[in-house]
Amino acid sequence: MDSLHNRIIALADLHGRTRESLLPILQGVVEYENYLSQRSMVEISRELDLPAAEVFGTATFYSFLEHRKMGKFTIRVCKTISCSMMGKNQIILAIKDMLKIDIGQTTQDGRFSLVETNCLGWCHKAPAMVINHEVYTELTPEKVREILSDYLKKEL
Amino acid sequence: MIEQHLLLKRVDFIFVQDTDWEKILQKSIHRSRQELINELISSELKGRGGAGFPTGLKWKLTSEVQGNEKYVICNADEGEPGTFKDREILTRVPYKVLTAMAVCGYIVGASNGIIYLRGEYQFLEKPLNEAINEFSYFCKKINLDFTIKVFMGSGAYICGEETALFESLEGKRGEPRNKPPYPSVNGYRNKPTVINNVETLAHTYTIFKYGAKKFYDLGVQYSRGSKLFSVSGDTPKPGIYELELGMSLQDFVEEFGDGDTKAVQVGGASGFLVPRKKFSETAIGYQGKLIGISLPTGGSMMLFNSSRSMYNLLDNYLEFFREESCGQCTPCRIGCQQLLAGIKAVKKGDRPAPYLDKLLKLSETMQFTAKCGLGQSVANSFASIVENFREEMIY
Repeated sequence: MDSLHNRIIALADLHGRTRESLLPILQGVVEYENYLSQRSMVEISRELDLPAAEVFGTATFYSFLEHRKMGKFTIRVCKTISCSMMGKNQIILAIKDMLKIDIGQTTQDGRFSLVETNCLGWCHKAPAMVINHEVYTELTPEKVREILSDYLKKEL
Repeated sequence: MIEQHLLLKRVDFIFVQDTDWEKILQKSIHRSRQELINELISSELKGRGGAGFPTGLKWKLTSEVQGNEKYVICNADEGEPGTFKDREILTRVPYKVLTAMAVCGYIVGASNGIIYLRGEYQFLEKPLNEAINEFSYFCKKINLDFTIKVFMGSGAYICGEETALFESLEGKRGEPRNKPPYPSVNGYRNKPTVINNVETLAHTYTIFKYGAKKFYDLGVQYSRGSKLFSVSGDTPKPGIYELELGMSLQDFVEEFGDGDTKAVQVGGASGFLVPRKKFSETAIGYQGKLIGISLPTGGSMMLFNSSRSMYNLLDNYLEFFREESCGQCTPCRIGCQQLLAGIKAVKKGDRPAPYLDKLLKLSETMQFTAKCGLGQSVANSFASIVENFREEMIY
């Protein structure tokens, strides 16, 4: 038994094995492997006795439950109107330039993924982004470079 | 011109810190249920999420349904572009919301409360749980059987629609249900459920504390009380402001604009864009007999100055809706895609200008045929932008 399997069992023990536990379990797996692999979804379906298609169908509905392989740190830049007006594109450019990845891509070392997301609820402090669940607001290209430098120092 | 609108007036109820919640909870659960419902009804508080359903009536309906399993749900899936007030309420005065949920539980006969918190606000989960622990401790002390838990969303705008939220809580895709049946009789787990926006609950706290009259005395006609406004865009003072309902948009712009305000989006992407020439005839509040246009809002007020292209604005909204449409009903799924493709084609010159009229027809069809509020309200911003800024759509 490997660690992913154990993790899923632990999550099911914690949240229960009903359909209502599905979202918290999926969220728990994303915390663990940064995304939902096909294997994890199949294992969850076995553990909860649900069709795998139901698990896949539910998981793919939610934008924070990524089903493509993601880096350890997922950068989500808000692209909705206020952030877009206040310079979202310059923020994206600064990130692309620094990490050499495009939107939807992951760095070679698996450290960062870059995606755009819809309204994060920080319109009065635009532009905004979240890295995993950490919020950063009133961004400038300089500020973004500083933030990412800190993340580059973190252990993988 | 509006003759009955009020002057812009800042008020301060929601964010006032107080230490009275224990007293208010205890006092409330020793009053009769009918008395509390009457208090709410006479305050004329309406849902602050944007839809504006009378809160007292909502609670009354659920209280009248038979059954021992009922739920109180706090909708903290604040996803409307330009709205960020609920986050601030849960950060600064969570105990007001918790107290309101417990009083609601007492009135309708529910012993379980759930806060559905959007995934984007995950940083609030821990402090909220700490507040709940303290709150639950007090409930036990006074023998009130009411528990509250936080349920995390995972990034889906549509889950703010109440029945989609129930589906999500039940571990499914957040696809809205048909209505009726309404949540008051058939909600979460198909049981009678009261579901209220965070701000609405916080206002009930004010009403239980000071009485209905103090709340009712604010506002005008069918729009009573105060409301939190999330102000963003081209403004020198973005932020959250509690204002008396019923002010004219002109006054609002004079207070919050940058001197060059071209248009204001009232109610977020699903609301209306009001151009400068209509500021003075537009009031902010629920539909009533006001002379002029009266626009309701969940509190999103986005200002745009003359450097902004209204085409870019609409393009941004439509991309938002295309991505956030749950996809289950055809008018919304296909409609959002086609509206976006359509305005792009007109802008590019691939379609002639009168094609915009076909698109307006399409948005009208969506308004009548889409299953839920998302698809139905795309026409609000679409029509208000295309009709008022047609030339910007073409050139």
